[in-house]
Amino acid sequence: MVNLAFSIGDLEFKNPVLTASGTFGYGSEFDDFFDVSRLGGIILKGTTIEPREGNAYPRMAETPSGMLNAVGLQNKGVDYFEKNIYPCITRYNTNLIVNINGSYIEDYIALAERICKLEKIAAVELNISCPNVKMGGMAFGTNLDSAREVTREVRAVCSKKLIVKLSPNVTNIVDFARAVEEEGADSVSLINTLLGMSVDVINMKPSLSTITGGLSGPAIKPVALRMVWQVANAVKIPVIGMGGIMTASDAMEFFLAGASAVQIGTASFIDPQASVKILEGIEEYLINKGFSDIKDVIGYINRTP
Amino acid sequence: MAKRIEDLKIIGNKRLNDDFFILELTGNTKIPEFKPGQFVQVKVDGSHETFLRRPISIHDVDYESNTFKLLIQIAGNATKTLAGLKRGDVLNLVYPLGNSFSLPEESETVLLVGGGCGIAPLLFLGKYLKSRGCVPDILLGFRNKERIIEFEEYRKTGNVFVTTEDGSMGEKGYVTSHSVFSAQHYSRIYCCGPDRMMKALATYSKSRNIICEVSLENLMACGIGVCLCCIVDTVKGNLCACIDGPVFNVNDLKW
Repeated sequence: MVNLAFSIGDLEFKNPVLTASGTFGYGSEFDDFFDVSRLGGIILKGTTIEPREGNAYPRMAETPSGMLNAVGLQNKGVDYFEKNIYPCITRYNTNLIVNINGSYIEDYIALAERICKLEKIAAVELNISCPNVKMGGMAFGTNLDSAREVTREVRAVCSKKLIVKLSPNVTNIVDFARAVEEEGADSVSLINTLLGMSVDVINMKPSLSTITGGLSGPAIKPVALRMVWQVANAVKIPVIGMGGIMTASDAMEFFLAGASAVQIGTASFIDPQASVKILEGIEEYLINKGFSDIKDVIGYINRTP
Repeated sequence: MAKRIEDLKIIGNKRLNDDFFILELTGNTKIPEFKPGQFVQVKVDGSHETFLRRPISIHDVDYESNTFKLLIQIAGNATKTLAGLKRGDVLNLVYPLGNSFSLPEESETVLLVGGGCGIAPLLFLGKYLKSRGCVPDILLGFRNKERIIEFEEYRKTGNVFVTTEDGSMGEKGYVTSHSVFSAQHYSRIYCCGPDRMMKALATYSKSRNIICEVSLENLMACGIGVCLCCIVDTVKGNLCACIDGPVFNVNDLKW
């Protein structure tokens, strides 16, 4: 048996495979394909105070080894979440994490307060890195003072574990990781999508209604990996890595570079079983390499021979 | 019917003309019971150019032989790759996906209208209706006589009418100007084709209080309602073409 458990402070995860927000709905969409409770955790679709319709169609464009999206945080708002979604997902025996978003700091605070009252929610993922909203979102995650402030304010009201999801669209992501760590974040997750763009040459116009959007998929994996490695070497809190992970081998790159856990995102669009297949593959890798605990390989590449 | 992810075997790849081909597939296990209007998400080859799956509607189903068919138009790299598949090749599918066309009451007169690749789901729908005692009228629009495909199959299913843009077969013009609309009063119209065609049918149906359903083809990533990319602007807000559709009543659309 291999020990796959990891923890953020006193919050235990049975394994380090989580699903990325916005790519896994609320879990139930995957019930037909596998037992969602096998995962270490699921990060639920980004939630806002008010319902949001998101951006106009088209909001997706396929790109080489990836895709751009400009969904814009479409969701039914926190009231609907509490009343209609939360009661349905408490049946999952895994850590449920709510990804929260806002246009103003007050939105984040109010959301964190509401979410922390829900007993079965294990943690909050503070999304300061959504590139597809006009106000808030990435604006918080690309300005050091704003990132500090929103983390500090949410920390003050957040009784659950607080994970801050970082934007790669900055000059030095390490500064942001250190800043949110200082303000009390329990963990950082990275990277959110990279700001990108695509042009439809047949119709001679932008592919997305918003012109720019967030790039995800294997195309961004080397960038994500580099940032995870840099951040893992700079902070003491656990780092959750994501960005283009499609296979167990991809996931192992992140662990070896210093990630304590991974999130599976776009891969679930191609293969709804991707997350659980990756989980099985990680275990197999560790057995084949002769390791009995995943902790022994985290940051392995940094060790001197 | 539960969704699955599964490898299916190609047992036939029939080229119809320069643009269209039909893949026939079979499963190692019993194929699921499909509803007319549903679709599959095909994994093409995982190459960097065709990263996402492609949504393709069910064209025909034969439960006895445990096979079903996909009618595909070559439109880009993905469909070009699929056109090159051979008997014995394996195709990975996530399926069956989406809602389905509603079913008419016993006494209803029903018209199916299709254009181009949009004729694909109408064969399965027509057969389904016929097997339940409702023989539909089927109106198909093509550019010219050479582009007509699957004519005999549709003829076995219902009363077929054709329009061609150059008049080389059937009536000349677009489907919306066909004489069948003045000769017959329909209570229900099902349509799949170019946007312009579906919008014209929607306008016609709304003005006469005819139930009209269209099958939409939006850009799609996941196919299972989690990415929220394939949204349709409806009177009920943004809905997903993949789980709330692909079939929509035109009264729900902001057309």
